[in-house]
Formats: sequence, C-alpha cells, structure tokens
Amino acid sequence: MQERVQLSDAQINRELLSGVLHTPMWFWGLVLLLGAVVGVGVLAAGVLIYFGVGVLGLNRPVFWGFLITNFVFWVGISHAGVMISAILRLTQAEWRRPVTRAAEVLTIFALSTAALFPLIHTGRPWRALYWVFPYDFSRGIWPNVRSPLIWDPSAIFTYLTGTILFVFIALVPDLGMIRDRTAGWRHKLYSVLSLGWEGNPRQWRLQAVAGILLSALILPVFVSVHSIVSWDFGMAIAVETWHATVFAPYFVIGAVHSGVSAVVTIMALLLWIFKLKNYIRPDHFDALGRLLVVVATAWLYFYVLDFFFGMYSLEPQELENRTLIMFQWPMSFLFVLFALASYLIPIPLWLSKKNRRNIPLMFWSSILVNIGMWLERFQIIVPGLLRKQAFTFTWANYSPTIVEIALVTASFALVGFGLLMFSKFFPLIPVWEQKEGQLLKDDVQVGRARVPGLVHD
Amino acid sequence: MAKRAALGLYKDALAAATAVDNLKQNRFTDGEIDILSGTPYPEGAFGEHHIGHKLFVFPFIGAACGFSVGLLLTLGTQLSYPMVTGGKPILSVPPMAIIMYEGTMLGAILFTILGILFESRLPRVRRSVYDGRITEGYVGVRVECEPQRFDAALNALRQAGADDVKFDNQPGLATT
Repeated sequence: MQERVQLSDAQINRELLSGVLHTPMWFWGLVLLLGAVVGVGVLAAGVLIYFGVGVLGLNRPVFWGFLITNFVFWVGISHAGVMISAILRLTQAEWRRPVTRAAEVLTIFALSTAALFPLIHTGRPWRALYWVFPYDFSRGIWPNVRSPLIWDPSAIFTYLTGTILFVFIALVPDLGMIRDRTAGWRHKLYSVLSLGWEGNPRQWRLQAVAGILLSALILPVFVSVHSIVSWDFGMAIAVETWHATVFAPYFVIGAVHSGVSAVVTIMALLLWIFKLKNYIRPDHFDALGRLLVVVATAWLYFYVLDFFFGMYSLEPQELENRTLIMFQWPMSFLFVLFALASYLIPIPLWLSKKNRRNIPLMFWSSILVNIGMWLERFQIIVPGLLRKQAFTFTWANYSPTIVEIALVTASFALVGFGLLMFSKFFPLIPVWEQKEGQLLKDDVQVGRARVPGLVHD
Repeated sequence: MAKRAALGLYKDALAAATAVDNLKQNRFTDGEIDILSGTPYPEGAFGEHHIGHKLFVFPFIGAACGFSVGLLLTLGTQLSYPMVTGGKPILSVPPMAIIMYEGTMLGAILFTILGILFESRLPRVRRSVYDGRITEGYVGVRVECEPQRFDAALNALRQAGADDVKFDNQPGLATT
C-alpha cells in the first residue's frame, strides 16, 4: 500500500466519526426511500401470510422459487465479511483496515435477511418454530435432526451469533472514542456499550489476540454454513440433478465470489457517500480485484466440474436439465446473461490494473457479478425442479408473481437500510485500526524509493 | 485508606515512556501504573511489563461445552421422538455430527468472547481519572497510589513533560 497520506488522530476521528456525530439531510432521504421499499416488502409478506402460499408462483413440481433463490443468494453475500475480514486479519494484510468492518456488517444484515426468506416462504412463519426449535416437548415431538432443513438454522444461528460478537468486540475501542465525543443520553449509551474501555496495554493486547483467535474460529463456521445450504439441495432425494458431490465447495466458492463483489460495491458506496478518499483508495480496489479474479476462476472450475460430472454420467435427468438451461427459452436467455455477468464480462476487465483502479468500473462490474450470481442460484434451484413428471397434471411451469418480486426487491432495500442505520450509530471503517496503520507506517528508504514500512507485534 | 489517582497526558509516546520510567524510579509498581492510549502501540513501547493471559484456554472449554450440548440435543431429541425418516437409523451419526459441530463452534466462540472480556477486565465499572484527549492522540499515564505518595507521583508525571496532569479530586474531571 504505497498511497497512504499522513493523517492525525484528530483528523481520523473527525472524518470517520462524522457520520455518527452529524446527520446530513441526504441521510433521511435515503432512509425514507429504502424504508418505503422495505414497507412494500412487509406489505407483500402480509399478503402472503393472509392469503397463503397461493399468491406465489409455486406449483407442482416447483415448490422452491424466487424466495429460496434469494435465501441462497443472501447467504452467499454474507460470506463476504468473514472471508475478507478473517483471512486478511490472520495474514495481517495491511490493506484490510478500511475493508473489514463494512464486510462484517454486510454479513450481519445479509444473513439476517437471508434467514427471513425460508420463514416467509413457508407462508406460516410461526409454524417454522415447531420444526426448528426443540421446545415443543409437551407433545413429545422434536425437530428431525436428520433433515438438512434443521441443519440450516443451526449453522446460520452459529454464524450470525459469531459474526455479531466478532463485530462487537472489534467495535469496543471505537465505542470508547464516540463516548468521549458525545454528551447527554448518547454519552450514557456509548459509555454502557464501550464497557468502560480505556485503551490500556492489556485491553489492546487482548484486542489484537481476539482478532486473530475469533478469525480462526469463525472461518470453519463460514465454510460450514454454505456447505450446509448446499446440502439442502444435494441431500434432497427426489431431485436427481442436485445430486452432486461438489456442491459444498462449489457453493462456498460461489458465495465468496458474490460476497467479495458485494464488498467492492459497498466500498465504492462508502467512498462516494461518506467522502472517505483518505481511507478507501484505488489500491484497495486493485487488491480486491486481484482477489476476485482468483476467486471467480476457482468458482468457474467448480461450475465446470459440476457441469461435466452431470454430462459424463449421461443420466437422462441431467441431460434434460442442461438442455432446458442452455437451449430453451427463457432459461437460455438467463443462462447467457448469467455467463456474461458472472464471469465473461467482469473477469477480463479485472485483468487490467488500470481497470481495477477505476472505481466506477469496479462498482458497476461488481453489481454485474451479483446479478449473474443471483441467476446462478436460480438456475440451480428452479430448472432442477422444473422437470417433466410422469403425469402432465404434476408438471407446471414457474414464473414469479408480483409478491415474490416485491419481496426480493425489498430484501436489497432491507440490507441497504440496515447498513445505513448501522452507519448512523457506529463507524463503518474501524477508527482505531486506521490509527494503528498510521502509527506503524514509517517510511523506509529502499534504493531511491521511500516505501512505507510496517511492523506487527 | 482510599487510593488517589493522577493522570499525565503526553503528546509524544516517548515522553509517556519517560513518565513510566520516572514512576518506576520512584518505586511505583506495575500494578499502580496504567498507560492509556487511543491507538494500540506495540507491546513494550512504554516499557510496560509483558501482559500474560490465558485466553487460549477459553475456546477449548467452550468447545467442550458446545459439543456436549449438541450431543445431548441430538441424542435426546431422537430418542424422545423415535420416528424413522428416510430409512435412516434413529441415531444417525452424520446429521448428529453436523449439529454437534455447530454447537462446538458456537460454544468456542461464546467462551472466547467471555474470555476476551474477562482477560481485558471488562466491563470496567469503577471509574477512575480519565480524559477524552486520549482518544484524540494523547497518551495518558495514570498512577493510583496511597495519598502519602501522591505528590511524588505528580512530580514524576510533570518531570516527563506532561501537557496536562489531572487528578481525582479536581472539579469537572472527565471520567469514563
């Protein structure tokens, strides 16, 4: 990282805490806009609950559609946080500093949003409690732990709890900083939240160890979550095209592809909205772009592997499914869109350093990846179910209804709303980590060049 | 006898380290001296003693607890409701392992968090002398000692070139 500018602690405080301590007018406008879209989603969920699942486009044999696709998509996005944060912390990568918290917070809101979708999808969310939580002992009926649909909530609960605590622990020093700059009820609130943080050597030492230890603990959870989500499909006996042994790593690497792309989108938005050019610089996008080229290519490898395994076995269901996806309208159109958006357009672009440092280009190409990755999940789920049955009355097409479209749209607004509200109460860039980066930056002469040196304990 | 506290504020980390040296020369112990900063300095930057901790024990205890809960939950619920599904045995190990794995990791994470708080001595309820400038770049050196040694502590802090020295009976004192 050669492009850092020297910043004083006071300037870092002023710039990174400005979103917390001051509220510009645009903030309320954005809150209203996103809130309105979320409101439409709440209305759509109300319609679904009141009228039942008949308002969805689901019909035999397609019982999982847009809502489950969206669930898988948001679980995938949630993998950004821990992947970026934990791996970069463990490797002490210097460029992690402005990236980690936004990525972790994205995980929290993406995962919370994802968890809503299977519940909404049931049409009777409260009844899901009977299936998931072991509390209904009065009837002697317990959840069936042999079902992948029970593994999902346990993995998501662990991942969400771990991520929230991970974010909180790293946030405590910043909460102490906000406490020192507020008065009245806000001072009291941040005093409680900061747990009496003072920044003595013991607290800092434990903070450093905590970052590494929690990263090491949460990484295996991160891998397990999307593996388990893939088993929702891979372990389903009835759908032959989902019987793929590569599903777990394929889902995990796909999640990282979409998640890291979402981090690029969020970083660009943070830079533009909060004017953080001193902290989020082109070299961060360059580093993320390089990472994405590797991740996307690994994902492509698993995609191709899954495709060839299906083809090589010459199973009729597999052949039928691939024919449907690649050659029959409208799936063929979606397939082309998916291939272009998720790999063929962005990756050649990101091979050029000039393009990786072009922030608007990175922003739009990262959005393109996530359009592609949403379609990828749709192509795994719906065509697999949309197969010919023995009797024509058990064979119907699938097209989403306005309720499903509204719910999916609202999910994007909900994650944006969550991030926005978080930014109002907590800094989205870790202030103390920025200060640490400044402290440890000391120019070193190498030949005729002066480069920043960094030391770690 | 109640202890008294003084806090010296230094713009420069080296001056803060000198203050710590002065205090030690005046026979103040490590337990009486605390260094407060808004930035994590490398260990030993102020000549402070090595900070030992047992944080690494916590995840193992948590993992053992989480594993046990996961095992009891999967064993207990299946034996309490012994319905054969999918042709699998009542005690089907692979799905049990998944729930137990998640339980183990959750236990490890929860206990690690408890360990971090415990080892960091947080939450800190007792208020002592503090100043908001510490999170603005100043380094604070705080001494808590018996009243009869208080003047020596103030002198040691001032001799190191403190920008400001605050102590606990000062009106309008900023505390945590």
